[in-house]
Amino acid sequence: MKSIRLIYSRIALFGFIAFTLSNCERNLSEDVVFAKFSTNPTVFIDGFSAGLEYRPFDGSKLDAFAVDTEVKYRGTASMRFDVPYEGDPSGAFAGAIFPDYGNRDLTGYDALTFWAKASQSASINEIGFGNDFGENRYIVTVNNLRISTAWTKYIIPIPDPSKLVAEAGLFWFAEGPENGNGYSFWIDELKFERLGTVAQPRPAIFLGQNAVVDTYIGTPFSMTGLTQTFNLDNGVNQTVRAAPAYFTFKSTNNDVARVSEDGVVSIVARGTAVITATLAGVRAQGSVTVNSLGNFVSAPTPTRNPANVISVFSDAYTNIPVDFYNGFFAPFQTTLGGAVRIGNDNVIRYTQLNFVATEFKNPTVNLSQMTHFHVDIQIPEGIDAGDFIAIELGDFGPNNVFGGGDDSSGRVTIGSGSLTSNAWISLDIPLASFGLTSRNNMAQIFFISDATISTLLVDNMYFYR
Amino acid sequence: MMGMNIRIWVRFVVAGVLIGIGSCSDYEQTVATLNQLVMQDEFDVNGAPNSEIWGYEIGTGVNGWGNNELQYYTNRRENVVVQNGYLIITARKESFEGSAYTSARLITKGKFEQTYGRFETRMRLPWGQGMWPAFWMLGADIDTNPWPGCGEIDIMEYRGQEPTIVLGSVHGPGYSGGNAISKSYELKNDRFDTGFHVFGIEWGPNYVNFYVDNVLYNQITPADVTGEWVFNKPFYILINLAVGGTFVGSPNSETVFPQTMLVDYVRVYK
Repeated sequence: MKSIRLIYSRIALFGFIAFTLSNCERNLSEDVVFAKFSTNPTVFIDGFSAGLEYRPFDGSKLDAFAVDTEVKYRGTASMRFDVPYEGDPSGAFAGAIFPDYGNRDLTGYDALTFWAKASQSASINEIGFGNDFGENRYIVTVNNLRISTAWTKYIIPIPDPSKLVAEAGLFWFAEGPENGNGYSFWIDELKFERLGTVAQPRPAIFLGQNAVVDTYIGTPFSMTGLTQTFNLDNGVNQTVRAAPAYFTFKSTNNDVARVSEDGVVSIVARGTAVITATLAGVRAQGSVTVNSLGNFVSAPTPTRNPANVISVFSDAYTNIPVDFYNGFFAPFQTTLGGAVRIGNDNVIRYTQLNFVATEFKNPTVNLSQMTHFHVDIQIPEGIDAGDFIAIELGDFGPNNVFGGGDDSSGRVTIGSGSLTSNAWISLDIPLASFGLTSRNNMAQIFFISDATISTLLVDNMYFYR
Repeated sequence: MMGMNIRIWVRFVVAGVLIGIGSCSDYEQTVATLNQLVMQDEFDVNGAPNSEIWGYEIGTGVNGWGNNELQYYTNRRENVVVQNGYLIITARKESFEGSAYTSARLITKGKFEQTYGRFETRMRLPWGQGMWPAFWMLGADIDTNPWPGCGEIDIMEYRGQEPTIVLGSVHGPGYSGGNAISKSYELKNDRFDTGFHVFGIEWGPNYVNFYVDNVLYNQITPADVTGEWVFNKPFYILINLAVGGTFVGSPNSETVFPQTMLVDYVRVYK
């Protein structure tokens, strides 16, 4: 059926053109033909290809790039990149994009290839194509590309060439010092190629894992861990990070969660949905199960006079500088998560809790005028008899730094009898209850459950008088 | 000159175009007689391979079939089956009879053996570190004339980590194993694991010609071997997919399993 319709439409089109011709007596205008972008595969062979520009990142060493006519793999010139040393006043890193804003049609190629070498063995933090300082819709990145002091050919495969009908971002990179030292690397014969040997695609989402996300209506999240892996002619399995637009996402329940083209998952109702993806018709490994917990109810809005409050985390007050909401103290800490935005509300959400610290030591806080600690917590899971949440305050003492024998800490434990599920629990604890020897150099707030409680929401952490 | 004639002839045959041979030279007449089909399996019947043509070698042989190969060969459907017009040999990563992998090895020993001819297959090969498929032949007198005395003709061997390269070789007394007479053929802008390719030999008195698709890439004659020429007697065919072994090295964490070797046909002419 489809092909028959196609034939009719062709006949109709032909008839239309013929009719137009006979009446107007002039040649077909160029408008009849689709606009085609240049298929020029070259980026830099011995100089800039037509339309190519150099645009460094903000903060990059501005003169990090030069055309080198002394060192080259082939021909008369190569691209040299001078990576600054740590503390180099000319810039903290080297990074740039090389766009052609006239756009290229790269659908006929399967990889960006180049020869490279460096003044020392190194790994380039990020290198690829598709970065246009705009949407970066089809950005592709290889992380930590290892280069040596010998000229070597590198292949960065295109996840799905059919997408690149009008691509501006022909090449980009970002690289910092190696072990604090600056160095140089050279790239030559930079071009797109149709190798014919880029094969066995194995796309993945969430790095190939089956992830689970508990979330609320109106709290979107982005698909992450998007990769495409090809087997190359030298047997290497080359993985690249691929932009969401290369993938086609699918939700098992669009009434609960739906995914946009740019990989943002919107939660529209309570329920469960599983999101999977394909890339160029190949099923991606990995999935994400979205558990929508329904509407999020915010913690009660604090009403205390800001003049009497030192706030660590609250949308109601101006907060002190905080170093982190989760220190990820290896290897004993299992706790994941940190500050998240749910709807219009900033909260802290911990999962797999055993213990976790919020730290604010730059500067530490003098609580000598304060009398209480306030926090709102919510436990979105059942409470068992042995469950507890302990809150511990840590003061760094007169030396104002961690350690040195003058630190003090103390905790208040809330047992299961005082805890309820799925509702905000507002706690106002006298500072005296923590039994601290000093409160003038406060720097840490811990939440401890010893894994009796796994998921914990925290909001409105502040000291007051 | 001789090589040139053969090359042209092979192209004609593979393209299915054979013109009159009355005026051809002696040499071309000899080759042209290799166009009479004497055995063919198009693998058109689903199920187990045709038992009138194919037998199996089961197990691990001696020292992993002499090569420290890692697989256990079975004749289970999981490892060898005819389906949708293809013989499918599947290498699996599974603990089986003390081995970490399973696969299959088919032989025509005692069922189809022939001296000289054109032996051809069309296959799509597996990929990844440690995969070692082969389409090859052994001298039919192997039970009384042990390898390498019996002779071996490897029509196609391939390493999964080199997906653009195949090898054609002969082994015999004084030129076996690492000292085999061998030549590789590399595809340009294509691979052996993404589509089907034809692998064949033209074998006659005192020569073996190796070709891939329509390209003749090597001829081996008694002048090329560093020992006795043992290829003027019957040989049988083997098709197998080995995992690991000295030729290819072991699979690694990146090797994807299962891996399949698809055989579209096996044809023998005289």
